[in-house]
Amino acid sequence: MTQPEIHVDVSRHEGFASRELVFEIKDLSVFYGPFKAVRDITLDIGKSAITALIGPSGCGKTTFIRCLNRMNDLIETARVEGEIKYHGVNLYDKKVDAVEVRRRIGMVFQKPNPFPKSIYDNVAFGPKISGFKGNMDELVEQSLQKAALWDEVKDRLKESAMGLSGGQQQRLCIARCVAVQPDVILMDEPCSALDPIATGRIEDLMQDLKEEYSIVIVTHNMQQAARVSDMTAFFTAEVNEQQDRRTGVLVEYDKTENIFQTPTDERTENYVTGRFG
Amino acid sequence: MSQASPREVSLQDLQGSPKRIRRERAFRGLFFGAAFFSIVISAAIVFSLFGEALTFLRNVDLSALIDVEGGWFPRRGRFDVITIITGTVLVSLIAMVVAAPLGLGAALYLSEYARPRVRRALKPILEVLASIPSVVLGYFALAWLSPNIMQALCSQPTSFSLGAAGIAVGILITPLVASVAEDSFRSVPMALREASYGMGARKRSTVTSIVFPAAVSGVVASLILGFSRAIGETMVVAIAAGATGGSLFTVDTCGPGQTMTAAMTSLAIGSDQVRGQEGTFESLFFVGLVLFFMTLALNLLSERFVRRVRLRY
Repeated sequence: MTQPEIHVDVSRHEGFASRELVFEIKDLSVFYGPFKAVRDITLDIGKSAITALIGPSGCGKTTFIRCLNRMNDLIETARVEGEIKYHGVNLYDKKVDAVEVRRRIGMVFQKPNPFPKSIYDNVAFGPKISGFKGNMDELVEQSLQKAALWDEVKDRLKESAMGLSGGQQQRLCIARCVAVQPDVILMDEPCSALDPIATGRIEDLMQDLKEEYSIVIVTHNMQQAARVSDMTAFFTAEVNEQQDRRTGVLVEYDKTENIFQTPTDERTENYVTGRFG
Repeated sequence: MSQASPREVSLQDLQGSPKRIRRERAFRGLFFGAAFFSIVISAAIVFSLFGEALTFLRNVDLSALIDVEGGWFPRRGRFDVITIITGTVLVSLIAMVVAAPLGLGAALYLSEYARPRVRRALKPILEVLASIPSVVLGYFALAWLSPNIMQALCSQPTSFSLGAAGIAVGILITPLVASVAEDSFRSVPMALREASYGMGARKRSTVTSIVFPAAVSGVVASLILGFSRAIGETMVVAIAAGATGGSLFTVDTCGPGQTMTAAMTSLAIGSDQVRGQEGTFESLFFVGLVLFFMTLALNLLSERFVRRVRLRY
């Protein structure tokens, strides 16, 4: 197997010069049983920025992002090699409790997945389980406001969240995530199930949120990455013909405008210009 | 490409083979017949119950039906249904006290905690428990529960008791409760669990605050179904509850008593070979009818809960 020829020199990006790092990822490989899903990922993710992960299907973006808050722990066969440092602490250290990790690193999923509870209870669930003692009504209102949903739901907080539209449900999921006051929000294709108008609202919302939170977003939509993100990482899949398996690799990681205007790798160029994927 | 000439199509071409259509209809009829048959059978059962029950009601002084002093001694013309309904309800409640925690606990373990391997090993064992003939459980109640468990729980233990029968019925319905509840836990979408874990919830909070409430209709349905099965259970109570001929009104679970089903069995097998007074035999059908309506009501109720689960997601 060839060694990765990818080397990302973080110091090159002026964006990072003044920016604190949230994640430092080194030589990360993820296995599902005997199969390597992604290999040798090395990249740093900066604070208060939006980092987009793009690439064709099956290139390991979702696998990768789910390592950042140890959601892959839920998959029995998943195994992680390499290192992910979160504010300098190794996330996969034996002493680290995945639950504590997820309280700081929240997640918004591909399909809106509100709980079959009231809108209010959806937002209050996280704070409640993490022992929040303050004014819950206030926190719920604040969180819904941050997710730009308050005005639409303030008169029906006690109604079921299942009655909201898809876009509203996804913003509720963001509100729910924000309510536990995380440090990072991971978004795994948050707009893939939404129409363009709802997508636009979520993209606007991300711009507001990035002041307070570091956001990592997986997206299929290149325009979306170009519109919203500060940094973009392009992943692709190496296909193993014999086993019919794909292993994701990181091809290029740079400021978003560089990825889209002056990519250094041919594969990136082909992808962002639409010749592949 | 060259222009293709428009093809000629006549109505006949599109009609299809009449033979095939006939066969299609025949199959439909066959399956409809099978489905309809079960309806006919149910109707026939209800009809025969009604007929005999009406004969009974006509021949009997209606005030005898509620006569707590007299108790249930059908061969002596004492038909206090309160006695046997109480017996049935007591046995079923004891059964639920056993089956609800065991069944729901097993269901939660299998659906939320067990690794796939463990689950694959445990499920068949649970099904073996479900396949134990109830007559075996009846003797288990008599031979083991009575001397061991009831002995410890009661100050004046007797070898036949409503309590021992209730515990055995509880064991009997535990697999049913577990299986229905497990299905409803497993039908809670994975996405909900992920949402919960993604917010830093622990397994316990996820199970108690997300999975259980989301599946609550199914849980209620499983309990109602279990209760309904407990009411209808016959063999265990006929063997272990005592009071073959009849019983006085009792709420003492340490002592013997009579349930509706056990009362029907002893009437049906006629252990004393005495035809008894007028209406004695027909009272069997009357009790059967009451029993039928009780379980029907419970099943309809659980059906409604199951449907609510399906609507949810």
